[in-house]
Amino acid sequence: MKKLMTGNEAIAYGAYLNGVRVGAAYPGTPSTEIMENFAKYPGVYAEWSPNEKVALDVGIGAAYAGTRALVAMKHVGVNVAADSLFYAVYTGLKGGLVLVTSDDPGMHSSQNEQDNRNYAKFAKLPMLEPSDSEEAKQFIGLALQISETFDTPVMLRTVTRLSHSSSPVEISDVTPDPAPADPPLYDRNPLKFVMVPANARHRHRVVEERLQKIAQYAEEAAINRIEPGDDNLGIIAAGSVYQYAREVFPHATFLKLGMVYPLPEKLIREFASRVKTIIVIEELDPFLQEQINLMGIPARGKDIFPITGEFSPALIRQCAASAGIIQAPAASAEAAAAAATAAELPIRPPILCPGCGHRGMFHVFRESGALVLGDIGCYTLGYAPPLSAMHTTGCMGASIGVAHGVAKAKVKDRIIAVIGDSTFFHSGIHPLINILYNQSNITVVIADNSVTAMTGHQQHPGTGITLQQKTTRAINLEQLVRSLGFQKVDICDPYDLSNLAQTLEAHLESSEPSVIIARRPCVLYTKQKSSPPHVDPELCVNCGTCLELGCSPLIQQQDCVSIDPGLCNGCGLCVQVCPAGAISK
Amino acid sequence: MKKTDILMAGVGGQGTILAGNILAQVGLKLGYDVKKSEVHGMAQRGGTVESHVRWGEKVYAPLIEEGHADYLLGFEMLEAARWPIYLQEGSIALLNRYRIPPPSVNLGKAKYPSEKEVESILKAAGGRVIWVDGTGTAEKLGNPAAAGVVLLGVLSKMLGGAEEVWLDVIGSLVPGKFLELNEKAFLAGREFNVA
Repeated sequence: MKKLMTGNEAIAYGAYLNGVRVGAAYPGTPSTEIMENFAKYPGVYAEWSPNEKVALDVGIGAAYAGTRALVAMKHVGVNVAADSLFYAVYTGLKGGLVLVTSDDPGMHSSQNEQDNRNYAKFAKLPMLEPSDSEEAKQFIGLALQISETFDTPVMLRTVTRLSHSSSPVEISDVTPDPAPADPPLYDRNPLKFVMVPANARHRHRVVEERLQKIAQYAEEAAINRIEPGDDNLGIIAAGSVYQYAREVFPHATFLKLGMVYPLPEKLIREFASRVKTIIVIEELDPFLQEQINLMGIPARGKDIFPITGEFSPALIRQCAASAGIIQAPAASAEAAAAAATAAELPIRPPILCPGCGHRGMFHVFRESGALVLGDIGCYTLGYAPPLSAMHTTGCMGASIGVAHGVAKAKVKDRIIAVIGDSTFFHSGIHPLINILYNQSNITVVIADNSVTAMTGHQQHPGTGITLQQKTTRAINLEQLVRSLGFQKVDICDPYDLSNLAQTLEAHLESSEPSVIIARRPCVLYTKQKSSPPHVDPELCVNCGTCLELGCSPLIQQQDCVSIDPGLCNGCGLCVQVCPAGAISK
Repeated sequence: MKKTDILMAGVGGQGTILAGNILAQVGLKLGYDVKKSEVHGMAQRGGTVESHVRWGEKVYAPLIEEGHADYLLGFEMLEAARWPIYLQEGSIALLNRYRIPPPSVNLGKAKYPSEKEVESILKAAGGRVIWVDGTGTAEKLGNPAAAGVVLLGVLSKMLGGAEEVWLDVIGSLVPGKFLELNEKAFLAGREFNVA
């Protein structure tokens, strides 16, 4: 039987089928649904860890204990987890460990489009890259086998188009064995697992020898294969890009790589001797091409295809046509004109939802005139007009550290660092300790919507519920902050603009580092809604003040503003900002 | 088996994702190889949503190639008007007569295109435009959110496949309390008279 699954669902299914019993992740688009789906299978343990480094350490621990483990994260999450990745490659493991990295070419929802294939080379471990959901399921099993055969973690790379695309997956009739009743025996072996220099020097040699052996394995592995066709053109591709290329070059001979590191040199040489021209098609970095060129094989690639952005069949066709490899598709002048007109249509950027607590907070920030150093989450949207009240965003947890640095540069501006609750638990605690230890006079605002909202409402250490829906101890933000030694800590409801503004003013003017918790649970999660306010057209002077909130139900009409009752959440911010008293509940 | 590429365009919260899931599942039941891909931006609600569904003997890419779509399902007028680049001569565009103005229009800084403008953009790219009062029909049935399923009903007549297959899939994907509404919306779409 076949079932449609996204790449993420197939990874979770493959992990379950292949006896993975421990999973850990931190949510991040496009990887989030991997652990969400894995958590639902019987007999498995799965968690949201506070961040990706913790998640990887958890997976490594489970694998040290001899249990198969799955760890999943978005590409930039691997930066957070990298320290752990590198030691695990040295120590090796006992049970199989697969680290899934979900890259985001085109940056549908990311701050960069780094190519995580580079991590395989950098950390010296094998990486597999499936091209559809069926392969995603199968490659997880293979990755676990490779992990255990060669005593190494294995990375499996997806991209947004694999993680979030659906294709048929063969469903197995066999249900996996339940977890063994006896606890695993932990094998204590300090020479292998304690990475003091004396042991690590030995392990580095092991790592290099292991890579050679895996490269040998890659020569014979069925997932690296030549697909015969017209030998005038040889295409080398992997992952989603392989599928696009198959559409554009239906008759070419292909070298389809399932393992993108280490590469099968003999197989590539065999392919090169067979075809007349070789073209490597890969998104982002020339990762394959550089290695193949180093073999002395004159493969083309980045002279034809871009190094930035996401590929598609259309883009590959255009680039190949520009390079004279195929004929350009017929283009009508009318269609081109229509496309040009369409490009001029008003855009629909992502905006804060109606009823979002962050809106009131950014309104108050803007009014304060302070410099706002920001972070990653829904609230990143507070940078955009009309709110325009955030001035930096780099990566998870950067806000407080950057704010501290700006303060130490002695700028004249008053300084706010804004960070979400889930992001704070992820990587905000250490920089918060720093502003107390090294004393900078900044105000930290924790935008607490009581859930990991942007990735689709995942639990976190502050919610009191685990990924597998068990009730647990919730970490209390206020107690945590006070326990560190902060004296000036306030909790405000960002729906109450004047209270938040007064509190913020007091904090900005105080001479000590301080924390405001701006708490309003995400309305999409709580499904809280109240009745929309009314606009009195007699009183409305159509000044546009309410529109500066950037709230989609507020629409400027000819003579006054109207409120779309279907979209409005009834938060009442517009009632508070209207200078004419024209909006009332 | 005939290749069929269907592009869906709408705004977050409009049910575009559900419609894509239904279409993909029906394709699989009818014996096609199927791939589906969607992109939804950063915001939970209110952003652009674009979903590609492909049926065929063998489908490689989960993305429709520009100039290759057979159908465009526009859940919202402005979103539908963005994609002439995917159309070809003879493509059919089923457009829900429904507007959700984006922020720039609400702020009076940009103009929402007229029905005529939307139509001429898609026609210039070779599309045949058919307007469907999906939201109005769904509203009469009790919930405007079922507009997408009305459009699917209209499309189902063009794509073929037994009514029961479609209804089975809808039954398997729509939560119980919304099932009756969606079945009615689908059947209302099937009654739509494509002139």
